[in-house]
Amino acid sequence: MSEVAPGLFMRRGVDEDLSASNDDAIANIGFVVGRDAVAVTDAGGSLSDGRRLRASIRRVTPLPIRYVLMSHVHPDHVFGAGAFGADRPTYVGHAALPGALAARWEYYRTRTEAVLGKDTVGPVVMPTMLVKERAELDLGGRVLELTAHAAAHTDCDLSAFDRESSTLIAADLLFVRRVPSLDGSLKGWLRELALLKSLPARHAVPGHGPTSVKWPEGGRDLERYLQVLLRGTRAAIKKGVEIDAAAKSVALSERGRWVLFDDYNGHNVLQAFKELEWE
Amino acid sequence: MGVTRSLVLSMLVLGSAALLVAPRVPAAQDDTAAIMKQHAAEDAAERAARWQSLQQAVFGGRAVQEGAGVIQIETPEHALDAALVPVTLTLKPGTAVKGVYLVIDNNPAPVAGHFTFGPRADPAVIKLRVRVNMYTYIHAVAEGVDGKLYVSQQFVKTSGGCSAPVGPDNTEALKDVGLMKLHLLGTFKPGKPLQAQLMIRHPNFNGMQMDQATRTFTPARFIRTIDASYDGAQVFHLDSDISLSTDPVITFGFVPDRQGTMKLLVRDSDNALFNHSFDVPAGSG
Repeated sequence: MSEVAPGLFMRRGVDEDLSASNDDAIANIGFVVGRDAVAVTDAGGSLSDGRRLRASIRRVTPLPIRYVLMSHVHPDHVFGAGAFGADRPTYVGHAALPGALAARWEYYRTRTEAVLGKDTVGPVVMPTMLVKERAELDLGGRVLELTAHAAAHTDCDLSAFDRESSTLIAADLLFVRRVPSLDGSLKGWLRELALLKSLPARHAVPGHGPTSVKWPEGGRDLERYLQVLLRGTRAAIKKGVEIDAAAKSVALSERGRWVLFDDYNGHNVLQAFKELEWE
Repeated sequence: MGVTRSLVLSMLVLGSAALLVAPRVPAAQDDTAAIMKQHAAEDAAERAARWQSLQQAVFGGRAVQEGAGVIQIETPEHALDAALVPVTLTLKPGTAVKGVYLVIDNNPAPVAGHFTFGPRADPAVIKLRVRVNMYTYIHAVAEGVDGKLYVSQQFVKTSGGCSAPVGPDNTEALKDVGLMKLHLLGTFKPGKPLQAQLMIRHPNFNGMQMDQATRTFTPARFIRTIDASYDGAQVFHLDSDISLSTDPVITFGFVPDRQGTMKLLVRDSDNALFNHSFDVPAGSG
């Protein structure tokens, strides 16, 4: 756990996929401490990941954990949510998150518990506060500005801007070092990234990679990757390249620049292809 | 045609060892001990027996001969996405075929599709995308106009495609249902075979996607038939089932004798009808 800005603590996730040895602690997760309360962002990838985060919070402050942000539907960010039940927090998510969790929680839970063991995830945790466009969370003299994004990394991305530290808590709208995974809309992600770049943030907290980068410079690699993916996939579609052949040939110039590239790039191309072939 | 709940449940259990889709774990990494154990459990003899009984069920004991030279099936051996496995069927030019069956042996409803060809068809190359629930043989069987059956097979190592969520949100997935596009993949010349790619917006819910909020499976709703005709003459009829991927994309050949209109009629399991007409050679829509 490192204090990336005063009162803003983040735990760096490992650049790996879920395995029995990493407990799905693969996302950057942490918390923001205000004068009156704490907001968690995000809760982690398993119940025990969430419990460790909760213990870390308690080592820093006895203040109530009033909010648990759920930045999007992916398991490495939301499966720790159940660890905060006793705090009776407000679970905060994008307006599209309940539908996404309904469709996916069980699928993800089965697959995560197949690796980590029974009862490592628990029953679904639904957001109790939905953000349609914007919202503010007041932690007592410290306000988090929330933005519900159009489809980008997923269809339910929520970012938080901590005005006090001038830090954008981007979650998976920002990948650094670890290859991005596309599960929403490629064109949408580029649009949302452009919006985020115009924020008056000096630093950003990526969902994966280092826990703090300069902003907007820290988004350059992601933007370049997404542009290469967009151009390459469009070109493949135009040339009549089949979807599976495209998955093996598009964006390979990015290969040396990202961790886990071979594990995700093909999927990203498939996703981009499905989106762009309808243009 | 539908899938019984008990079958669905058993297939869910079988498919459950696949890892996460997002953050995505590629098929190559699905080779965890659990999955290897599960899939190794079915040995060659069992697979052969399964295909034997499928032949009996689908073709009523008619002889099915080795199809080399008549039909060839191509699929990636390790599909990246079990819910989107591209399949290419190539038929020897000039072979007089009545239709083609695509059988995914280990899927809950193994007969994924049955094409029958009309007078305007050019059954040279057919491409489609399917869901694969677990390691399986996929068989393509061509039926000649003389009634003879020819088979080509391919083994596919991927799993979990049937219960994979359709999209982040099931409601969203039905938004543009029935929208279609047609791309001509070559140059139009009257009387010459032409390949076309048909794209259909349809979630193709197969009844195996869980909705956690209601603790139920999203009801199956999938494309049952597609009819393509050109200026009133049939190109193909497809009987399909729950194994077609979400937003099906089907490539097929036809012989346009003149400028005309390709008509598509799609019917799904809710009996919703979707109609589209495309001018050829203008294409697309």
